[in-house]
Parts: sequence; structure tokens; C-alpha cells
Amino acid sequence: MSGYTARRFSRRGMMLVVPLTAAAVVATACSAPGADQPSSGATSGSVSTQLGSEQITLEMYAETGFPLAKALTEEFTKQYPNVRFNVREDQFTVIVENAPRVLASDSAPDIIRLPTMVDLVKDGLLKNLDPYFTAYGWEKFPASQLVQLRVAEGGRPRGSGSLYGMGLGYSVTGVFYNKQLAQKVGMTQPPATVAEFEELLAKAKAAQVQPIMQFNKNTAGINFPHQALQNQFGDPAQIADWIFQKPGATFDTPAALKATQTIQRWAQAGYFPKDANAIDYTAMNGQFQQGGGLFMFNGDWESANLDKAMAGNVGFFLFPGEAPGAKHVAMSAPNTFGVGAKAKHPDAAAFFLNWVHTNDKAREICVKVGGSSPGGPPDLTLPPVTEGTVLAETLRAAAQLGAENGAVDFTANATGAIFASAITPEMQKLVAGQQNPEGYVKAVQAEYEKELSR
Amino acid sequence: MIPPAVRARRTRWARTARWSGWLYVLPALLFYAVFVLRPLALTFQYSLYHWNGIGVARWAGLQNYVTVFTDSDLLRIIGNAFVLIVFFSFIPVGLGLLVATVVRRIAGGPFGTVVRTVLFLPQVIPLVAAGIAWSWLLSSTGLVNQVLRGVGLGGLARAWLGEFDTALPAVGVIGAWVLLGLCTILLVTGMSKIDPALYEAARIDGAGPVREFLAVTLPGLRQEIGVCLTVTVIAALASFDIVYISTGGGPGLQTTVPGLEIYRLAFAQRQVGLASALGVVLMALVLLCVLPIQRLTREDRG
Repeated sequence: MSGYTARRFSRRGMMLVVPLTAAAVVATACSAPGADQPSSGATSGSVSTQLGSEQITLEMYAETGFPLAKALTEEFTKQYPNVRFNVREDQFTVIVENAPRVLASDSAPDIIRLPTMVDLVKDGLLKNLDPYFTAYGWEKFPASQLVQLRVAEGGRPRGSGSLYGMGLGYSVTGVFYNKQLAQKVGMTQPPATVAEFEELLAKAKAAQVQPIMQFNKNTAGINFPHQALQNQFGDPAQIADWIFQKPGATFDTPAALKATQTIQRWAQAGYFPKDANAIDYTAMNGQFQQGGGLFMFNGDWESANLDKAMAGNVGFFLFPGEAPGAKHVAMSAPNTFGVGAKAKHPDAAAFFLNWVHTNDKAREICVKVGGSSPGGPPDLTLPPVTEGTVLAETLRAAAQLGAENGAVDFTANATGAIFASAITPEMQKLVAGQQNPEGYVKAVQAEYEKELSR
Repeated sequence: MIPPAVRARRTRWARTARWSGWLYVLPALLFYAVFVLRPLALTFQYSLYHWNGIGVARWAGLQNYVTVFTDSDLLRIIGNAFVLIVFFSFIPVGLGLLVATVVRRIAGGPFGTVVRTVLFLPQVIPLVAAGIAWSWLLSSTGLVNQVLRGVGLGGLARAWLGEFDTALPAVGVIGAWVLLGLCTILLVTGMSKIDPALYEAARIDGAGPVREFLAVTLPGLRQEIGVCLTVTVIAALASFDIVYISTGGGPGLQTTVPGLEIYRLAFAQRQVGLASALGVVLMALVLLCVLPIQRLTREDRG
């Protein structure tokens, strides 16, 4: 036995083992992984609002499938030929996963499409835009426009503190409806209350029309109607506090529970597609465009597509309140872009962001290509759009929401992983009858607390 | 009898040869060390920390491993992988044996080539494409349900990948489809190496097809079955692409497997430590399952 062992640990064997062990020891003996990033805390006031005439190339990291960013860069280069752009595009989920590493690298982008920014600020990867806020006079913008882009020192809470991003367009969400199907079920005008909306759902079901076409595969699309209800069943400020990670905020509220119970009821009544858990976002859009449902909860980023695919046959309304004339509340978020802490041309990047909000041509591109309100100071007029299109309707809705101050961020953005780790699987269980409303609310809050405690 | 001088020269030559041999494998070894061993060691190191991938890591000791073995969700996810072994390993190997026995008789002719090509085709198709195609087939309006409705079994039609009870088996079926071809080809090749005289002898002894299969084919294929089981068990435990494409791990956690969860933990949740710990545990599980298979099916070395 011993002889056998000895043979097995022969010289040849040792020659393999020694370097391997050495490599392992070297790798594990070194210090803890990760390193301090240069702090991006309040930068010195020496920022310039001049673009200059130097030939520069701005590195941009944007989202695939949304041509807005590229259209804006092309127009910018037309107006300022000394600035070129190098645009790298990825799927949004890929950007979410890559952003920290890309921003930490030596080739960090100047302008980047941002996922949830809390962690990025905590790690010091984003440029504090406060000096530009002052230099460009962005205080003239409605404060509610930029509130989601503010993060307090150390990353928490969001919604106050320094500015870390700007929007390339500001989206609004609501309900799209198929006009032909609406006629079929006897809907003459958009519902004025939640109860009226539920009546329409029942009528559609009775007329064998799929009441709501909504996706719930990969990510929980049914969270759209869920939050639309939650916004109306309680104080939206509570939801905002929770999303911004204010101390003591909880998801376990009567409003969230009532919304969850309503969703459960709708699922049991067959108001969502029976196979919603097998329908993804793309499939939902395709089916809705082909008349596969009366309603679809979605955002104005789809307006241009819907106008093209079902011209004249699609309408939009903001989700109504419980009482007629109640204040509208809707999920609305900027198409957020930030400046990397390691950006080589931060001044030019900020100049570009300011230009997007204030230049006439840029604002027009925001609306025509992006389908969303361009934001900026309220005294600038909105670019004209063709009447009768759903794009015109979503723009009006955005203006109305702004006037009513009813914008609230998505619950899915509360933490980096709340959507993937809690909302999506639990919502899939809920609509399949594998989870009850109480359990849903508690599970989401439990995951939230788990993440905040890290 | 070799003169001493020659022997000395030969020994010296042998020694040089041994060293120059190492020189030849050095480049490969270098790559192996940099791209396999170093990541392995780093993964192990990361698994001992709480780290988000960017900031400063905090020492965690074995806490991440405790989480892996106590978190009910993670245990479920590991359990899902073992359910997949049934579909990824047992079904393809079992069916593969059956098909191979049938195909063996026609292996030589052009028909045999056609059969082998058709069966092997899934191996050539990228798994992502296979996943997409299957999610169409299994969707609520897909071919599978159309056929069911066509033959009057409309009551059985459902969103196979979207329902809690059927999602994991449906993913398993996709895996079985992919791996059946590989197993069949390996087994057919193995059968062609079995001495035809053995079959003849068995037949003379009066063995029927079943007896012949059990007494001649199965023992002769021991090594090939070992390879099939090893490859497919690894495919089951480390599965990622098929699941990611066809269900994304849903509904709920019904089809989430360790590979998918490691990716999510590391890149979406940015818990590099926990992801690494799960990775190390997964590697240990794979070894734990594969080593006994290797031992059982190895040819006895006299």
C-alpha cells in the first residue's frame, strides 16, 4: 500500500503538484480582492461650460434597440464637428451587469446609460454633476424631473443629495388600448376610475376578448399593473420612500397588499393571458399589435413602434384613480445617462447633456425618435407631433402627469436585484396560484431588507 | 550486452529527453495555469469574502458556504439540477442503448449514415438556437399543443415552459433531445468494436435478442456508457444555456439551476463571494457524482 502511494507521488507527480500549489498559494495569499476607487465626491468647482474647438472623441455606452442616443450624437456632431462619438451598444441587462466593471476600467466611457445608480455612487464610479447643475442653471428645470437622479453621500438614500445623471428623454407609463377591440366591448372613452377599468376587463372577458396582454416571463411585466394599482391605493410618497431606500420604509403596506389581492383576483378571473409566465416582452408587443388583447401596460418608449404597427388603432391613457378626478400617479423615469468618474472629457459630456435638454433640434429628436418628453426648462415649448397618433397622446399624458406632480419611479428599481430576485419569481408564483398576496408582500420586503443589510 | 559507455550516454539522453519533453508542454501548461488553475484558485479565494466585484472585500470565512447549505432557495436550485440528471443522463443513455442496438444492424449501409446524422444533428445546433426553437414548439400556441388539439387531446394543451408543474420536465426534454444523439453515436461506435464472434457464440448458445443484449452488448459497452454518463451528468449539473433561453429560470424558481444562479448572483446581485462559493460547491458535486461513475465503469487493469 505504502509502496503504491509512494509510486503515485513520484517525481513526475510532484513536478505537477508543486507549481499548482504554488499558483494557488500565490493567488490566495495576496490581499483581499478589490481596491478603493478614487472618490468622486464633490469635485472642485473648476468646471467649464465651454466646449472648445479641440478635436475630441466622446466614448458613449448606450442601449441596443433604442436608436435615440445614436441619433442625438449624430446631430451633435453635425452642429459641433470637432466632437465625434464612439458609441458602444449592449442590451440593457448586459449594461446592468457590465456597468461597474466598465466604469472602473481605464477606458471608462464619458457618457453611459445607467441602470440603478446607488451601487455605482457607493463605489465612487460616477461623476458628481452638482458643479454642472450650478454652472448650467439646471435649477430652472422642474425639481421633480431630476429627483430620481439624486443620490445622498455613500449611496443611500436616493432622491436627495447630489446629482449623478440626466435623462435623454423622460418616459411615462400607462395603459395602451386597441381601439377596434375597445369598440367591440363597448368602451367609448378611457375609464375614469379603477372600478370602471375592472368593468371593462369583465366586459372584454365576456366578449371573449383577452382583457390584458401582459408579459411575465424573464422579468415580471405584471409588476406594471401591480404598481399602477399600488400607486392609487395609498400614498405614492410611501412608495417613493421605499424605492429611494429611506430608513424605515417598507413594502408591507395596506396599499401594496390590496394591489396584490387585486392582481390575484384578475389572474384568477383570466384577465391576464393564461400563459403569461411564458410570454416575454417582445412576444407581448407582437401579440398586442396583432390584436391579441384589449389593454397593455407599457411605456411611451413603444409609442413610435405602435404608431407604425397599428396606425390609428391604438390609444393611451394614464391609469385612473379610485375616485373620479383623482390625481394621476404613474411610473415615470428618465432615460438615465451619467458621466463616468474616470471620464476623459467630463466637460464635453456635460455640455452634451445640457444640449439634449435645451437645443430645439435635440428636443425634437427626443420626441420623434425616443417617443418621450425631452424634459428641460418648462418655458421651452414641446416639439410638434402629428395629432391623432398615440405619440401625441403619451406626450400629453406626460405633460399632464408633470402638472399633477404624479411621477413615481418603478418599484423594480428599488435595489439592484429586487426585480430579478424577488418581484419576478414571486409574481410568477402569484399569478400561477402558488403564492398568496400576504406572502408576496412579505417576500418582496424580506429580499429588500436582505439586500440593504449587505 | 551494451557497453557501459553507451549505456551512460543513453541515460544522459533519456534525462535530456525527459526535460525537453517538459519544454514541449510548457506553452500549454502555461495557458492551463493562467486560464484554468489561476481562475480556480481565485474563485476559491473570492468564496471566502463578501465582495461586490468592485469595492473593497470583507472577510467572510466560511459564511458563504453556510449560506449555500442553509438557504432554502439555493438548496432547491441544487435539487433542480439533480432532477435534470434523470432527463439529461438516464433517458439519453437508456434510449441511446435501445436506438444503438437497432441501428447497429444497419450501421454499415447508407441508411445507417442517415440515421446517425439525424440523431447527431442536435449536437451541431448551438444550444441557444435549440432553446429558442423548443420554446416555440412548447409555447401555448406551439406545435406540441397544435398536435395535441389535432388529435383531440386539447385538454392536455398548456404553456409547457410557463406552468409550475411542467416547466422543469419540459426543460429536461429539451436536454434529452440534445444529448440523445451524442450518446447514440458513442454507443454505436462502441458496439462496432465488440467482436462479432461473441454474438455468434451467444446465438449458438441459444440466446435471444434480450439475453444477447444483456450478456454481450452491455458488458462490452461498459466504458462507453461510462463516458456517456460522465458527459451527460456534467451537462445536467452545469446546465445553463438551455434553461437561460427557454425559461430564464422561471416560473418562480422552478427551473433555476446552479449555473444560472451563479451567473445571477455574480453579475446581477453582485455577490461575487456567494457566487464563487456556489461555484466551488457545484464543482465538488460534479466530482462527487462523476468519480464513482468513472470508478465503476473503468476497465479492470488486470
